[in-house]
Amino acid sequence: MPPKTMFEKIWDDHVVAQEPGEPPVIYIDLHLVHEVTSPQAFDGLRMAGRKVRRLDLTIATADHNTPTWDLSLPVIDEISKKQLDALDRNCAEFGVTLYDRFSPLQGIVHIIGPDLGYTQPGKTVVCGDSHTSTHGALGAFAIGIGTSEVEHVLATQTLRSFKPDTMEVRVNGALPRGVTAKDIILAIIGKIGVYGGVGHVIEYTGEAIRNLSMDGRMTVCNMSIEAGARAGMIAPDQTTYDYLRGRQFAPQGADFDAAVERWKALATDPGAKYDRLVELDASELEPHVTWGTNPGMVAPISGKVPNPADIEDEAQRESTERALQYMDLKPGTPIKDIKIDRIFVGACTNARLEDLRAAAEVVKGKKCHDDVYAMIVPGSAKIKKEAEEEGLDKIFEEAGLDWRVAGCSMCLGMNPDILSPGERCASTSNRNFEGRQGKGGRTHLVSPAMAAAAAIAGHFVDVRDF
Amino acid sequence: MDAFTKLTGVVAPLDRVNIDTDQIIPAVYLKSIERTGFEDALFSSWRYNADGSENPDFVLNKPGYRNANVLVAGPNFGCGSSREHAPWALRDYGIKCIISTSFADIFYNNCFKNGVLPLVLPEEQVREIMEKAEADPGIELSVDLVGQRVWDESEEISISFEIDAARKDALVNGLDDIGLTLRMENDINDYEARHGL
Repeated sequence: MPPKTMFEKIWDDHVVAQEPGEPPVIYIDLHLVHEVTSPQAFDGLRMAGRKVRRLDLTIATADHNTPTWDLSLPVIDEISKKQLDALDRNCAEFGVTLYDRFSPLQGIVHIIGPDLGYTQPGKTVVCGDSHTSTHGALGAFAIGIGTSEVEHVLATQTLRSFKPDTMEVRVNGALPRGVTAKDIILAIIGKIGVYGGVGHVIEYTGEAIRNLSMDGRMTVCNMSIEAGARAGMIAPDQTTYDYLRGRQFAPQGADFDAAVERWKALATDPGAKYDRLVELDASELEPHVTWGTNPGMVAPISGKVPNPADIEDEAQRESTERALQYMDLKPGTPIKDIKIDRIFVGACTNARLEDLRAAAEVVKGKKCHDDVYAMIVPGSAKIKKEAEEEGLDKIFEEAGLDWRVAGCSMCLGMNPDILSPGERCASTSNRNFEGRQGKGGRTHLVSPAMAAAAAIAGHFVDVRDF
Repeated sequence: MDAFTKLTGVVAPLDRVNIDTDQIIPAVYLKSIERTGFEDALFSSWRYNADGSENPDFVLNKPGYRNANVLVAGPNFGCGSSREHAPWALRDYGIKCIISTSFADIFYNNCFKNGVLPLVLPEEQVREIMEKAEADPGIELSVDLVGQRVWDESEEISISFEIDAARKDALVNGLDDIGLTLRMENDINDYEARHGL
């Protein structure tokens, strides 16, 4: 047998059928559902008289619209409420397991999948959400799909999908102190661009990736889509097995040990070929901050806002000019001089326990800057509870940061958490698109520690000097 | 699913790179539980001013382009989210074909499920259409998926294009993917039995 990449092994193991002139049909091991991209899919099933094929492989939660205020308070946005109610109704009618707003297992769909042990190495995972790439951190092949495909998976437990190419992103060296998984992925996107990964599955390899915790690996894989990649993956290892052991929906006891033996065979074979290779030296990285309106528009903290006049390519120059205009930034401004109105620590990128700990460590015993309003939004009800058991909520509250209830929150502002026009936010989320966090809002993507440091200083600072 | 065979309609130029799904349709409009009715949300941040009035500088508000059926745009169109609301908004507005040098993967897939043709052409040809559309507001373009050709009335533009045969077949015939896959139920049952699922 010729050597295979991890992706090829998982893909080949999931091909159900391949008819000539048609895309391969692949089996889906885990389908995660949320309220935004599913109502039309359930309607489609209803109209065609179809049912959900595998209720045991389908899990739903409410995350995008849910307010992050106290659970005793109602959802006041009528349209959001209608969408949340539709999920309740659809899950009840079709028999899908739902972790609703009040469930202790509720949370951002890409946080609860791994955290509850649903996501496992070797699985195919889909969700009607582009950040499904997160789950690849456990050695799964995980992709975001549209609503028509959600309906297809609900009805058939399969997907018609063209086979992507493969790309190895090798991150060599050791990560310096104060530089995080978020900085690795921002640097990668800065290097290959927001189109760099299109049509490819990225496998992240190398010393710096191996040394990341599972939480950090999920941050890296989460933003694979921001490089345009179909998916991101990291081969499972002892870190993965230690993370999964004992999780509620992971195999238990002897079954777990047997599963680990299977998972060990997933890693890319020596000599297997990727279609592309990109290399990065982690030891040279600094904390990163985006200055523009896509995640590839990024600079190290010691850097400056670029000058469009220095850019030769006309399309790139124009898009940089437009970005600086939208962001209200002058060319040549040191990143550290950019003042901040809001801080958002949260989202499927950075709302896991390690992220909250990193932010808490920075703000402990300090005070939030008078001109800054900071929100800390845990990724799930379970993580919120775990953080509170460690006293992180108290650290945030004493520093004047707002400790909230779990949800997607201000990553995309479908709930009441949004920026006002012109407000500038240091955000641990994944997209800095125009208006992403609220119409006219300005987003700078950073790590949790960098966001926390900016909350104290009122402007960007190098967390390593903080 | 909706089919796409051929259309003739006004082409609007949107000469920007990396047009993301949050620009095509901002998240605030994703709260609808319907599959249609997204036409007013299309490009809303660019189309409307803060007070809700039309932004006269945006291409779809300019004379000649308002009834566009074809959009020609910069590379990596549709990057970002998986929201199928993006092709729904384009389709509901009346735009059934988007021409670019490249598309984001999920957006590209989603178009084919909704009778919208995302047409990939080489940079030189995209540029030719872009310049013609900018110079001559209201110019019509014909796109024939069956014959794999794009042209304008004067035939100054006349382009043959390539497209994956399976994708073309699905779009031309408006095939119901779920119906097709359900015909493979035995294969799915076998797969599940083989894998102890």
